[in-house]
Amino acid sequence: MRDSNDDRMAEYWSKNVSLMLRVFLIWFVVSFGCGIVFVDWLNQFRLGGYPMGFWFAQQGSVFVFVGLVFYYAHKMSSIDREFGVDEEAD
Amino acid sequence: MDLQSLTYLVVGATFALYIGIAIVARAGSTRDFYIAGGGVNPVANGMATAADWMSAASFISMAGMIAFMGYGGSVFLMGWTGGFVILALLLAPYLRKYGKFTVPEFIGDRYYSKSARGVAVLCLIICSITYVIGQMKGIGVAFSRFLEVDYETGLLTGMCIVFFYAVLGGMKGITYTQIAQYCVLIFAYTIPAIFISLQLTGFALPQIGLGSMLSGTDVYLLDRLDQVVTDLGFREYTTDSRGSTLNMFAFTLSLMIGTAGLPHVIVRFFTVPKVRDARTSAGWALLFIAILYTTAPAVAAMARLNLMSTVEPESGQYLSYEERPQWFRNWEVTGLLSFKDKNQDGLIQYSADPVSNELVKVDNDIMVLANPEIAKLPNWVIALVAAGGLAAALSTAAGLLLAIASAISHDLLKGIFRPDISERQELLASRASMALAVLVAGYLGFNPPGFAAGTVALAFGLAASSIFPALMMGIFSMRISKEGAVAGMLAGIGITLFYVFQHKGIMFIPGTAFLGELPANWFFGIEPNAFGAVGAVINFSVAFAVSAITRPPPETVKKMVASIRVPNLKNDSNLV
Repeated sequence: MRDSNDDRMAEYWSKNVSLMLRVFLIWFVVSFGCGIVFVDWLNQFRLGGYPMGFWFAQQGSVFVFVGLVFYYAHKMSSIDREFGVDEEAD
Repeated sequence: MDLQSLTYLVVGATFALYIGIAIVARAGSTRDFYIAGGGVNPVANGMATAADWMSAASFISMAGMIAFMGYGGSVFLMGWTGGFVILALLLAPYLRKYGKFTVPEFIGDRYYSKSARGVAVLCLIICSITYVIGQMKGIGVAFSRFLEVDYETGLLTGMCIVFFYAVLGGMKGITYTQIAQYCVLIFAYTIPAIFISLQLTGFALPQIGLGSMLSGTDVYLLDRLDQVVTDLGFREYTTDSRGSTLNMFAFTLSLMIGTAGLPHVIVRFFTVPKVRDARTSAGWALLFIAILYTTAPAVAAMARLNLMSTVEPESGQYLSYEERPQWFRNWEVTGLLSFKDKNQDGLIQYSADPVSNELVKVDNDIMVLANPEIAKLPNWVIALVAAGGLAAALSTAAGLLLAIASAISHDLLKGIFRPDISERQELLASRASMALAVLVAGYLGFNPPGFAAGTVALAFGLAASSIFPALMMGIFSMRISKEGAVAGMLAGIGITLFYVFQHKGIMFIPGTAFLGELPANWFFGIEPNAFGAVGAVINFSVAFAVSAITRPPPETVKKMVASIRVPNLKNDSNLV
């Protein structure tokens, strides 16, 4: 049985997945990218006493992770409301 | 007051607090016992998750490992925090929406199969037991070092405390004690770090201090450290990598996936009231963890620098063994620090060259514990560190024991063998299995198996290669069938066990490692600890391949998946 509600939910899910992909892209770039693969190249720049690559690996990536989780939670709440599936609805 | 009585006072006060909380937060139902009644505030749950997750390893060992690995230690920092992003996005909200009690229960329902549930219980128990042995050992060591009682007495005291609040309160008691434990451990970790950062750089925030100049000079702390370690022949602190780039990559990924797959952490997200709360709660957990994890690199670098400048105050001018400080003597007694005067000049020469190095043993684990003493901080700070280490070990042990107890009483007993028992009987059974789990963990703490050190790799490897992929595919694919899931889990565990055993010995028995612990034999240079990521990839591939040739899941399962994807689905009748 497929009805318009199923289509709405499919759209909801694809919005969720594309938001996730964006968040994971940043997650990947700051940790595996800046912290590991491009670390030597980034180390030529400095952030105070920190070589930049080293900073990403030991400080920056962790800060970004925290921001990403809150950003995702915030964005999803508004997507939930847009589709009328938030838990305040009942 | 002397250090001894001060430590007793601080540790005693924290224990009184935990027991007080346990009496207030008793569990009255199975819902209280397994998921704390499902009504925990998301910020409070974040704090409890942080304490649950940060074990004796995070508190005591991590900064010490980074101190001696430098940049290579970043794999732990990124791996153990990045996993929470995976958990927050891919698992937590959906498992909360599913709304039952345990991780194997989800796997059993989603894959419409008791054998899938059984395999999940097995993985969960192996993972959690190996993990809990380390915590028990941490409790024994912390007690024996700080209260100067023997290891056995220390372990027994710790067991009694955990027994009391975990058996009585279940998840409810554990949650509220974990919140208190988080506060104790984060104070204990950050206060010495702030003092030391002020001493060295004049900045109170260790995260800033690490990137600043040393007080009274125009040299950056990290530059000085790089120079001091390379002068002694060690590799440069800020660039010393752990194996190849591929190995760093695989290790970080394994720790991330393993973190997201650890059942005692996942189950914490079952305790919040709403799906939205599960999402934000993961953010709070990560924030509370990040406070410690971004302080750790500063503790590491500063401890290393302090150690270096204690034994070699000026370049070429060495500390005389006769004039060694009190902390040096204390740790020598434990055997974790030792000196051998190879050239008979009575001076301590520390270098990277094993032939001339005279500081023959500096155990990683002493760095955090000895740090306040090395930096000559007041006694109450040292007492606080003891209480913090114990809080970290106790909170993680309790969380793991709950995961084991609920797998036994809820999944094995109620789910598979005796589905007809009443709620009261199940609550009794869950208390009994908790008591049993504490006793088994205690026994293993008294008689730690020789392979204990190698098993942490196995715990993460199993979580990464079996539990995580099964959960993720269960949510994100409607096509994975029960045959696919079971085959995937078994293939993932199998290949990970095979790889770990072939390099570290069958069941870690020395001499049975058929390829030897030789980096030359590592698959693409990936160390055994980092193999979980490869196991996970194999799990995913096998599950998809097998599902493609077996019958798709029934309609009811597809409906269940559709409903866990949406926080508040209209006509949501298929969820009980």
